[in-house]
Amino acid sequence: MELVLATAIGVMTGCGVWLILRPRTYQVIVGLSLLSYAVNLFIFGVGGVKTNVPPILVDDVPTTTLADPVPQALVLTAIVIGFATTALFLVVLLASRGLTGTDHVDGRNDPK
Amino acid sequence: MLPSWVAGATAFLCLLIVAGFYPSVTNGGVLRFEGTWLPQLGLNFTLRMDGFAWLFSMLIAGIGFLVVVYARYYMSEDDPVPRFFSFLLAFMGAMLGIVVSGNVILLSVFWELTSIFSFLLISYWHNNAAARDGARMALTITGIGGFCLLIGLLLLGNIVGSYDLDKILVAGDVIRGHSLYVPALVFILLGALTKSAQFPFHFWLPNAMAAPTPVSAFLHSATMVKAGVFLLVRFWPVLSGTYEWFYLVGLAGIITLVLGAYFAMFQQDLKGLLAYSTISHLGLITTLLSLGSPLATVAAIFHMVNHATFKASLFMAAGIIDHETGTRDMRRLSGLFRYLPITGTLAMVASAAMAGVPLLNGFLSKEMFFAEAVETHADSILDRILPYVATLASAFSVAYSLRFIHTVFFGPPPTDLPKPKPHEPPRWMRFPIDLLVIACLVVGIIPAISIGPFLHTAVVSVLGPETPEYSLSIWHGVNLPLIMSAIALIGGTLLYLSLRKYLATCEDGPPILRNLKGQRIFERILVEVSWRWARTLERRFGTRNLQPQLRWVVATGFLAGLLPLYLSGFETREIAFSGIDPAFAAIWLLGICLAFATAYLAKYHRLAALVMLGGVGLIVCITFVWLSAPDLAITQLLVEIVTTVLLLLGLRWLPKRTEGMVEAISLRARFRRFRDLALAVVCGIGMSFIAYAVMTMPVPDAIANYFLENAYSEGGGRNVVNVILVDFRGFDTLGEIAVLGVVALTVFALLRRFRPAADSMDLPEQQRIQNSFDEDRPERSAGDTVRDYLLVPSVIMTWLFPVIITFAVYIFMRGHDMPGGGFSAGLTLSIAFLLQYLAGGTRWAEDRLRILPLRWMGAGILTASATGISAWFFGYPFLTSHFQYVELPLIGKMPAATALLFDLGVFSLVVGSTVLILVALAHQSIRINRLRAIDIARTEEG
Repeated sequence: MELVLATAIGVMTGCGVWLILRPRTYQVIVGLSLLSYAVNLFIFGVGGVKTNVPPILVDDVPTTTLADPVPQALVLTAIVIGFATTALFLVVLLASRGLTGTDHVDGRNDPK
Repeated sequence: MLPSWVAGATAFLCLLIVAGFYPSVTNGGVLRFEGTWLPQLGLNFTLRMDGFAWLFSMLIAGIGFLVVVYARYYMSEDDPVPRFFSFLLAFMGAMLGIVVSGNVILLSVFWELTSIFSFLLISYWHNNAAARDGARMALTITGIGGFCLLIGLLLLGNIVGSYDLDKILVAGDVIRGHSLYVPALVFILLGALTKSAQFPFHFWLPNAMAAPTPVSAFLHSATMVKAGVFLLVRFWPVLSGTYEWFYLVGLAGIITLVLGAYFAMFQQDLKGLLAYSTISHLGLITTLLSLGSPLATVAAIFHMVNHATFKASLFMAAGIIDHETGTRDMRRLSGLFRYLPITGTLAMVASAAMAGVPLLNGFLSKEMFFAEAVETHADSILDRILPYVATLASAFSVAYSLRFIHTVFFGPPPTDLPKPKPHEPPRWMRFPIDLLVIACLVVGIIPAISIGPFLHTAVVSVLGPETPEYSLSIWHGVNLPLIMSAIALIGGTLLYLSLRKYLATCEDGPPILRNLKGQRIFERILVEVSWRWARTLERRFGTRNLQPQLRWVVATGFLAGLLPLYLSGFETREIAFSGIDPAFAAIWLLGICLAFATAYLAKYHRLAALVMLGGVGLIVCITFVWLSAPDLAITQLLVEIVTTVLLLLGLRWLPKRTEGMVEAISLRARFRRFRDLALAVVCGIGMSFIAYAVMTMPVPDAIANYFLENAYSEGGGRNVVNVILVDFRGFDTLGEIAVLGVVALTVFALLRRFRPAADSMDLPEQQRIQNSFDEDRPERSAGDTVRDYLLVPSVIMTWLFPVIITFAVYIFMRGHDMPGGGFSAGLTLSIAFLLQYLAGGTRWAEDRLRILPLRWMGAGILTASATGISAWFFGYPFLTSHFQYVELPLIGKMPAATALLFDLGVFSLVVGSTVLILVALAHQSIRINRLRAIDIARTEEG
């Protein structure tokens, strides 16, 4: 379980890093999305990987066996804020494309 | 008129309040007020007044009041007077803050504030370049000094273990014996010496004379520049008495004493003379403090008070002369006594005090200084030359005092004055000078009864049991100090007489040394550091290109992850292999392929890459379900939908890219790609390792259990994630939704001015094909094709509208006990709106549905904040929640926590923000039609 998840996180990080280092804005925005998946899963994984445990309080079930709620709460807001920043970045890149006429991250095709 | 009355009344009230504290501070009594600020960091709003602080506070409030009275007449009608008085009062408050701070960090806060208000006051006439430059220089120097002081005080606090002044003042032996003593001392001295304009930081003070004269009288002679020596006295019991103290403080003091007096003789500007004289007198006080003897400290405190009285009155007199004649240049002033007899007399008495003439207060403290100079404290060359140096500096001060009086008030009538008919100022403008000069006389003639008790109170509070026997009397018999005084008086007079001819015409500043201007050196350093070095650094290390920046960020991040592992020696440990669930592995095999595909396709096949990205998102979502996190799964799924729609809307405006346009790949580009690939691979591998290591470690018993155990009893909810979001960490969530709202507004604002690139202006190819198909057939009109092929989905989407709304309400209501909550409900509702746009198009949807996202957002943030604030009315901290269950007809038992109301705010804001972002982007397609129409109209006209 952990091995699969760790590999997945690694692959998504690698692909994300590769993409954010690319020159086209769209690649960067996609790369950031991939990176945020990886980071969210990582933070989530820190709380321990538990399958088939109740995620909410149930009578007669000791609290220690429940899923860790703290990383979940963190990741939940991270997902929503991630959407907001993606939207912001998208609009900025559209505006930059409209102003400069290119979708290069530096606003020009042949950076000095 | 009114501002000066308000300011005067405030200052006078301050004076009365301070005076009223006197009974509590006599005999070493200390008044304390403690307000908690950040008690965890040892930082409290502690105020502390002892005898010394009281004396200083009286000085600040008293001279402050007099300066306000004076300024009432000095400032012209055209000046923005309210601004002046508010700065002046703010400065007074900050200065009083320094004096009565009982916590050294608080002291440094007030210290910075005085620098800032000094800056604002010097640059009060900000259309004057000299005022701006002087203000900037003063702020730079005292600001750097203040920063050093903060470091020094932090070190001191670290040595003692407390930032409380009382604790520090009793820990003298610990401090002096500590290995951090020298660095702490050096940093504190840097703060004190810059503030008190001691060599080599003295040059900011003459440049600060561009300030209005009341400011010079108050800040730059009586109070702010005294803050440095105040600090030296404050820490004298714990820092002094070592060789480091003696050499550092003594060297700075002696050089300043002599240089200041020497420079003062050759000034042509009245205020310049007084400024250098101030520097010299501060040097005298510093020298006294360096000696480490209690008697010298008594003299230092005494001289601080004396100097404040005579120097403030001299500045005010200089201001009157400037005001009446229109110049301060001593080459043009002459024979003013016939026009200004009273001011002239007052100025004469005050300069006599400055020169140290008997029967005046300056004489007494100077005699004490001479007596201390003669004594041997720490046998060294510095100590042995001190009597000679002291006499020399004193002779200089006699010379410049004499010059001040003789040039300005005697001699032939002035010939070229800008204002040819000077006359005495209004009665009340001179009143402050009257009072101060009377004080000089009274203290000078009957010191023991006038200033004696107050000085004693101050001295006892600083020196405690070390308080020496001293006598404040005019006549101590013929002794060495008296002889030194006589030599200085005679020598100074002779010096002035011999220099008179030269001084009447010479340039500003002493011969030879006038070319060596501290100001110019300072400016050169400033240009060097802030411009040349900065430019070089920027050229070497800076880039305006995003890729290298991100590459550095990623590489640094990787190294930051690697370094701790490397330092701990890559300790390996046995990890029990927990087995692989084949189904889970299969899902992620797909996920990994999708991630690779996304990375590969993002350049040329944006839509495909987006589909792949969505696939990865779905697999992440499944993972959350698998790993018992249904809340995350719901949110992830919903966010995935809106993000995909968002990116789809954006795709329309990006330039066309096809694989055909592959440019010739240069060797450098290949190298760059290889490097990026390597970076990506190592980052990925590193991340895998860390993730695996962390996930296989036993989870420590951290805060999770607290939340799990208290969620139901304190938050009234079974869904702990939701309880954390809306209750335990409600304040964080309030911040989060505020960010979301800000982002939405920013997106909205950016899109209002959005203009697409020229090649995105045309209709998309697909629409063109569809339209031409429609236009070819007479029975169809443009747009029919789109409607036709989306007919079935759009009907379903329209019908689903109420269903999804109900679903959103359901998710919201159950959120406290079951997976769900405000975030996911808000996203669901915005998807419901979104679907209507998709089903019928923007125009169709908006004909039927007015969403007003801004109102949703406003209502959301207001609801959330109001819920938080309402807790105050019940005497609880912000965002404390209350809960109980209520029976509702039909629905049944239902949790009704105030947190639910907070969640409602979250819900509303999420709906508003999401819809605002998406609709603003969707509207661009409509706007572009308008833009296109404008463009067509223009080309037809042209």
